[in-house]
Amino acid sequence: MSTGEKYLWAAYLVVFATVLVYVVLIALKVGRLERELTALAELTREREGGHG
Amino acid sequence: MQGFRHSAALLSLTAAVLLITGLSLAVFWAPEDADQGISQKIFYVHVPVALTSYAAFFWAAWKALRLLWKGGSRYDLESYTAVHMGVIFGALTLVTGSIWAKVSWGHWWVWSERQLTLFLILFLFYSAYFMLRYSTDPGPRRERTSAVYAIFGVVLIPVSFLAIRLAEGLIHPVVFKRDGPDMEGSMFLTFCVCLAAMLALAGSLYLLELSGKRADASLRELRERLA
Amino acid sequence: MTGYVADVAALARKDLLVELRTRDTVPAMLLFVVAALVVFHFALPAESARFAASGMLWIALLFTALLALVRAFVGERDHGTLDGLILAPCDRSAIWLGKTLSVLAFLLFAEAVALPAFALFYEDVTWELVAGVALANIGIATVGTLLGAMAAAARARELLLPLLFLPLAIPLVVGGVGATVSDDPGRYLAFLALYDLIFAVLAWASFEYVVTE
Repeated sequence: MSTGEKYLWAAYLVVFATVLVYVVLIALKVGRLERELTALAELTREREGGHG
Repeated sequence: MQGFRHSAALLSLTAAVLLITGLSLAVFWAPEDADQGISQKIFYVHVPVALTSYAAFFWAAWKALRLLWKGGSRYDLESYTAVHMGVIFGALTLVTGSIWAKVSWGHWWVWSERQLTLFLILFLFYSAYFMLRYSTDPGPRRERTSAVYAIFGVVLIPVSFLAIRLAEGLIHPVVFKRDGPDMEGSMFLTFCVCLAAMLALAGSLYLLELSGKRADASLRELRERLA
Repeated sequence: MTGYVADVAALARKDLLVELRTRDTVPAMLLFVVAALVVFHFALPAESARFAASGMLWIALLFTALLALVRAFVGERDHGTLDGLILAPCDRSAIWLGKTLSVLAFLLFAEAVALPAFALFYEDVTWELVAGVALANIGIATVGTLLGAMAAAARARELLLPLLFLPLAIPLVVGGVGATVSDDPGRYLAFLALYDLIFAVLAWASFEYVVTE
């Protein structure tokens, strides 16, 4: 592989890796949202139970 | 909401198809540049990423303008997310441009590269946008302040570009030229596919991020109401 | 129209009076700009070219201006007078214009010391340099006042303002240094005037959005 080719692949890989990292970050965020949603659902259920 | 999810899925699919097509065209089909050889193919990621970044900044300013015009937090979230995309693609522009500078001229940074210098200024400018947002309390004033700042950004783009051109003659004459004014047809086609791919990618990431931010906001509201 | 002018004049006079009584900002600016010019002598190589000295002058002026801009809204914020001004029955943009004029006055004071000091320590002051400084002042004051009002709402405003301001000031530095060292200063002066015009209109139009709750 020539030097030019190496740099070319490096540039393509950087873009790919960045998008990948970004998607992972979004996945983590979705996980957090899910946890919070579960906690909130739990809370509402407890409240309804307390009233009833 | 259903329609939103469908369009997001469709856009991501388009982005995936276009990305694969564009990269295959760039690697296997587009001819090698006579002067620069294979490394010229960085062009097919670098320039589309840069243009996408501009598009995101203009989108952010457009949403900011709508916010000032009509008001409403949804425009604030949209403008913020667009700046987010612009900064990510701007950082990618800096990195790929830097790699290109290294392979073409042997240095990781070349000040005579106008677009790259402009992106450095924009990167600094929009990074300060995040600082502004994080250190201001949420509310209508923050929304409007961020909007005004985002509008300043797109005005800064041509002004800075002019400034860089003026400064260039001052510091050193223009020596390098990246590519000739005319491209071969196959190169241009590949470039167009890659540009469409990057725009679709940015668009789908934008929708994804936006739905995350919206969910975050409604969750916070719900929690406050329950507490 | 005369009402607007009277409002602007009253607001600018208020800032100048406050400064006259407290002497918070201008003496600090004068001292800072002279100290910066002295420090630069030691930072520059012994055989420094004229180009380097002019560049250093512009950096000194920019950072001195930052001092004035940070101070411009600190007092308003600490004493809660900004809210009072916004409730006052005058156009909001008049607040911006009044503040811009007072910042401009402070800058002129600082430069009245900085330019002679520059002439004494380094190089002769040319008319191109004076024209460049005059035009850049307008840009610094218009953009800086708007950003100062933005930063005033934030928690870390003294830290934030330079971050917001410096990227926007890069074209001013290009124009100013160009007007000082280039053979063809007209182009750079015209660029500075263009910058002033664009950002003055933009800041004038958007100030209201930045200060109202």
